[in-house]
Amino acid sequence: MNDLLPGFADPVLDAQSAFRAVLEAMSRPGRIVAIDRLPEAPVPLMPAAAAVLLTLADADTPVWSDAGDRVVAWLGFHAGCPIASTPLAARFVLATGAAPALDALDPGSEEEPQFAATLILQVQALERPMDGGPEARRSESAAYADKLGSGWRLTGPGIEHAHHLHVIGAPTDFLAQWRAQRPLFPCGVDVILCAGTRLAALPRTVQIEEG
Amino acid sequence: MEQGYNFAYLDEATKRMIRRAILKAVAIPGHQIPFGAREMPLPYGWGTGGIQVTASIIGPNDTLKVIDQGADDTTNAISIRRFFARVAGVATTEHTAEASIIQTRHRIPERALREDQILVYQVPMPEPLFRLEPRVAETRRMHALAEYGLMQVRLYEDIARLGRIGTAYNYPVMVNARYLMSPSPIPAFDNPKMDRMPALQLFGAGREKRIYAVPPYTPVKSLDFDDHPFRAIRAPHACTLCGSTSSYLDEVVTDDRGGRVFVCSDTDYCQSRREKAA
Repeated sequence: MNDLLPGFADPVLDAQSAFRAVLEAMSRPGRIVAIDRLPEAPVPLMPAAAAVLLTLADADTPVWSDAGDRVVAWLGFHAGCPIASTPLAARFVLATGAAPALDALDPGSEEEPQFAATLILQVQALERPMDGGPEARRSESAAYADKLGSGWRLTGPGIEHAHHLHVIGAPTDFLAQWRAQRPLFPCGVDVILCAGTRLAALPRTVQIEEG
Repeated sequence: MEQGYNFAYLDEATKRMIRRAILKAVAIPGHQIPFGAREMPLPYGWGTGGIQVTASIIGPNDTLKVIDQGADDTTNAISIRRFFARVAGVATTEHTAEASIIQTRHRIPERALREDQILVYQVPMPEPLFRLEPRVAETRRMHALAEYGLMQVRLYEDIARLGRIGTAYNYPVMVNARYLMSPSPIPAFDNPKMDRMPALQLFGAGREKRIYAVPPYTPVKSLDFDDHPFRAIRAPHACTLCGSTSSYLDEVVTDDRGGRVFVCSDTDYCQSRREKAA
């Protein structure tokens, strides 16, 4: 316990600022939001994911995590959240490595879809295609564009026309899993993608296509 | 800022609970989420739900506007603005364009809202079906099944009896073609403003302990029939003060001999039009 890192410097105002970032991300799916007031997170927890958990998790919300004992001790001390033994039993699921499948998480019930789990998924990077789209960028840096892949096109509530998002390091079958949970609406898992100090959210209503 | 209270009055555990409910409400547009509403230092019916939502989202950099039936200068609006100035030290304004959070009782401002604004509604009765089905367990089931025939029948009975739909306020809407939602008792005139609004809309009902939301750019359709389409109702007059022929009007009695005038319900809109004209 001697190497326990501190949480938010100002628990009240830092949590408020992080919450507004998450609210903005959830209201406008696929838009990348930066969190300014971050806690010092123990490896392998990214600062954005750490801020989300300190803002939202507490004694009422079991958390499942694959991040190891150091992160569990840190969460237990600062958030006071119980640790779930399976992803299915958790309200917040933190995935720092290989993410559990979406259908292994609690999707809520038709009468109470609000009890669905939120998956906090750490990815390598989140990028917004620059003006001119991925085509323009590909000509600039072929290697970087290859790494980005084809990108996602998001539509649904919160999005005026379409939002574009490049996610590097999401599970390869993520889109197939996402499509599989669409018919379950209003049930379904909401996802917060975290990369470093930035995040983007995918509420269950959003439709994702490649391209 | 008042000492002895947490920032924005509520304790942090309560804020976290409300924040989790707000995020799920945004993820399931139009679905009512029960939450543990706290007792607030003002009575039920004075906006305790809206205040708790505002207290959970507001930060020191926000600018708050509060309206009561469109007016910035009524008791309810002034007390709530003063409350947040005291417990959160935030800036307040009466101008729609300057506000980052607008808490409202029963109106949507006339000026179109922007992406960087949040509209918080005070809701007395969140359940649109409550006059038709008194059992809460049953209305929950009806929402789960999207079984809203009862409401269509009610509107049909209006048409059969009156020749038109007789609801002028609290006019039920469908959110994202899935959930039937009460827009809170705003005039039906305001319903079209909810449709694909760029601002986030949050709803808080304190006594009934429910939170729900409409994300930005989400389709909100007033319930109607193909041969009896929804019509926004407006008093057929111009505002006596600013002359507006497009804003929502209040009828004000001026004497005891039947004198009356029609004025804009949105005081900031009316004022700014008069300033521009002067």
